[in-house]
Amino acid sequence: MTRALSWIYLALALGFIFLPVGMLVLFSFQDGRLPVPPFNGPSLRWYADVLGDRRLMSALGNSLVVAAVSSAIALLLGFLAAQGLARYRLPGTLLMRVVLIAPFTVSYLIIALGLLTLYNRTGIGLSLWTAGVGHVVINLPLCFAILYAAIGDHHRNAERAARDLGASEVKVLALVTAPMLMPSMLAAFFLSFTFSWDEFIIAFLLTRFDVTLPVEIWSLLRSGLTPRANAVGSLVFLVSVSLLLLLELTVFRKVRR
Amino acid sequence: MARAHDNRQGWGLVAPALIWTIAFFVVPFLMMLALSFAKMEGRSVVSGFFPDNYIRIFTEPSLLRGLVVSLEITVTVTVISMVLAYPLAWIIAFRVPERWQRLVLILTILPFWTSYVVRSYSWLLVLGQNGVINKTLMALDVISEPISMSASRFATVTGFVHFFVMLLTLTIFANLKQLSPNYARAAQDLGAGRLATFRHVILPLTLPGLMTGAFLTFVLCIGDYITPQILGGNNELTLPQLIMMQLGRRGDFPMASAMAVVLMGIVTLAYLFSARWLRIDRL
Repeated sequence: MTRALSWIYLALALGFIFLPVGMLVLFSFQDGRLPVPPFNGPSLRWYADVLGDRRLMSALGNSLVVAAVSSAIALLLGFLAAQGLARYRLPGTLLMRVVLIAPFTVSYLIIALGLLTLYNRTGIGLSLWTAGVGHVVINLPLCFAILYAAIGDHHRNAERAARDLGASEVKVLALVTAPMLMPSMLAAFFLSFTFSWDEFIIAFLLTRFDVTLPVEIWSLLRSGLTPRANAVGSLVFLVSVSLLLLLELTVFRKVRR
Repeated sequence: MARAHDNRQGWGLVAPALIWTIAFFVVPFLMMLALSFAKMEGRSVVSGFFPDNYIRIFTEPSLLRGLVVSLEITVTVTVISMVLAYPLAWIIAFRVPERWQRLVLILTILPFWTSYVVRSYSWLLVLGQNGVINKTLMALDVISEPISMSASRFATVTGFVHFFVMLLTLTIFANLKQLSPNYARAAQDLGAGRLATFRHVILPLTLPGLMTGAFLTFVLCIGDYITPQILGGNNELTLPQLIMMQLGRRGDFPMASAMAVVLMGIVTLAYLFSARWLRIDRL
């Protein structure tokens, strides 16, 4: 009895979870102007429309660049800080950890408003890069926390051996520590990447002419229900899921072993 | 003797991240805090130390209402999401056979990976006047006129719950899997029934994970602008929507800053409330 209830609950929950996304994908193939029943299709016209849209494609390009660059910076800074705090007994370690993690517990809207105030005050013009700075702020805590948790004692011994053999500090970090932490580094990078590439409010408030994909999608939605939005959404879904699968099949499989 | 030298290297490693966080997070926040005490005269900002904005937030009905609406929605969403996600995580962890668990879990959180903006929009396809639910019910002759479900608090809550059920199922699942089955076995050997085992053993052991999930839900929900803006309609505005309105239509940065500080205050209170269960460093 409870067993049967469990399966029913699971089925209902999955139904709830997949209902909107299912509709999104289904009606991206709609042959008509409205993404609502009845379904007349399938047609690929909205995909052709989206892929031929210069603004959307340039927003897509912007998103990929900002996500890649900001995640790389967040990863580098997070890696160095994790290494510094895990290896050296510095005064005020706890306080520094709190400061580094703090942006994680604050709403993106507040981070965006703070940066907007800073830029206004200092006269820095808004661009793709002013939003990228914000993306580093939100992803740095994540990268730091993941790597800080991953650094263990066996890493320390390998580093010591490398140092005894005459490796410089930079070489130790680049050739010994970083490769040993590679699975965590990749996980941190790709998590940051997906957060940055899907981030809306910081990108919305801190860019001006060159916008990212979520911001462009946002302006697309102002015209109400349209199968174009369905097609864009389905494409984003496809890209994210492929990335996730790739990660699952390569990095996480190795981590588990 | 190596100590001082070593420490200098340690500082060198931490410095870039620390400087970045201070320059682009701490300092901007302090500037925003200062700005929240300024006021607008006509179209220009007069800096100073005026509590006017804060007084207005807590006395002007339209602004105070935003605060209340935000809190109501956030608490509702947090409670409903937890109540729905816990059994789901439980079923995946203990009912689904081991070798299918990872697959079911991945399926459960798959829609998490659509664009956030698009995910809110996709609920319009379901709940809208011409949406799937209305069309289906009308085709089945259950109703003759479409029911209005979008542009309401119901729609906002549904969109939020959808997102957070996925997030919480993931965190609660991880939590449940870490439990050793020996705890439950021991409790049952000592004569506890299944309900008692759950209430006195499993639940307390998973509480830290639950509270971390609830806190995360609270913070993300109360600060979100997109979901209420797309799904909520114009009848009631949340705090983030009011903040965006100050920025856009009025250009009142000091007021927007003051409201952001209030938002930050609420999050801090929520943190203090749940701090003894939280393990942020283990997220």
